[in-house]
Amino acid sequence: MNVSRVGVRALQQGAKPNVFFSQNLPRLALSAKATSTVQTRPASTNKITETDAHSILAAQRRQRPISPHLQVYDPTQTWFGGSIWNRITGGVFSGGLYVFGTAYLAAPLLGWHIESASLAAAFGSLPLAVKGSLKFLLAWPFAFHGINSCRHLTWDTAKGFSKKSVMSGGYAILGASVVSAFGIAFFM
Amino acid sequence: MAALRSSSRLLATASRSAFKPAIFTRSMATVGDATNQAEPKGASDSKMKKFQIYRWNPDQPTEKPKMQTYELDLNKTGPMVLDALVRIKNEIDPTLTFRRSCREGICGSCAMNINGTNTLACLCRIPTDTKDMKVYPLPHTYVVKDLVPDLTHFYKQYKSIKPYLQRDTPSPDGKEYRQSKADRRKLDGLYECILCACCSTSCPSYWWNQEEYLGPAILLQSYRWIIDSRDERLSERKAALDNSMSLYRCHTILNCTRTCPKGLNPGLAIAEIKKEMSF
Repeated sequence: MNVSRVGVRALQQGAKPNVFFSQNLPRLALSAKATSTVQTRPASTNKITETDAHSILAAQRRQRPISPHLQVYDPTQTWFGGSIWNRITGGVFSGGLYVFGTAYLAAPLLGWHIESASLAAAFGSLPLAVKGSLKFLLAWPFAFHGINSCRHLTWDTAKGFSKKSVMSGGYAILGASVVSAFGIAFFM
Repeated sequence: MAALRSSSRLLATASRSAFKPAIFTRSMATVGDATNQAEPKGASDSKMKKFQIYRWNPDQPTEKPKMQTYELDLNKTGPMVLDALVRIKNEIDPTLTFRRSCREGICGSCAMNINGTNTLACLCRIPTDTKDMKVYPLPHTYVVKDLVPDLTHFYKQYKSIKPYLQRDTPSPDGKEYRQSKADRRKLDGLYECILCACCSTSCPSYWWNQEEYLGPAILLQSYRWIIDSRDERLSERKAALDNSMSLYRCHTILNCTRTCPKGLNPGLAIAEIKKEMSF
């Protein structure tokens, strides 16, 4: 028995139970009865080997769910963020190019008329409101992608990264793209 | 009792102001008053708020994760979300599990998703509106239990960038590696990172590619060693990042910069690395 143990034991035998700390009561009651230096633990634990511990951990890891992400994260930063819309608008245009290119190649075989002249004639016969909104539908992705890509180019020079400019810049670009899309749709 | 205390305080202020100009009088601390009132004035005095908290128990792995609602009186709760969580654990549900340690934003343990953005619970004030508060673990992480995410992979990635000074030449004076004030200033805004993983787990790119993409937190740490004037492994550090995944999965979404609870700028650090790599 080492010296510090002896000291603790002497203290326990001499001291009165501390009534202010109720969590000590069972332990003190026990030590008063048996004057034991054995620690009492309210919860029982089992000792397991290291390999058992690893297999329990591995079994638990297999069950772990993935915490929610897109469905809980602030939608203004995920669904309505400039980054994803830059990708969507870019995808729409490159996808559209492929679709139109293939259709143009296949048109003579299928008997479609999608030459510029017949497209322009068909478009010209539409009412103004339909013309405008169709043009807007194409003009907004174009304007947004153009302006936002300039922003990405600025970012590549490591400028414009302050939290404030990141947030206000996003709104400014959205506004500018809508305004210029209106301009393209109705005044060009 | 409360009445007695306040009247004695009134008296004290009055007597003090008699011989001191009012500007020097310091009022006594009043923080405890709202909570320590022996008799609350009634239900109208309470400010109830509901907290919806993500729960999942590894002992019942077949049960799906669910949201559990707790209601607290904000007048009896501390101002921060961590205070509310601690109070729920102490007084309502001791099985609620979350990490916490320093309660002052320096340890990074209590990082979680609160009302849609990642932040430290100890630095996030409880909004006083009546909307339900939603608390989730860090997004797209494996859940150990309730609000505790498994960050093993995150720490492995940190280890992979060799976050320590590497050099071969001994210091000229044989004592310490000296650095000019300007060089030291380059580390400001980088060394403060506490690796709480808020930024990495806010990044959609990291959500989809975390096996290979290092993520904003680790890249910020990487930049911290890249621009350290005392480090002599610049080319090796750059070579380790020179592939399509480690660094270039960053598409400047910048959720990292917006979410960082310490006000750092991981997005800027990544842009600086990209610049460093290209010139």
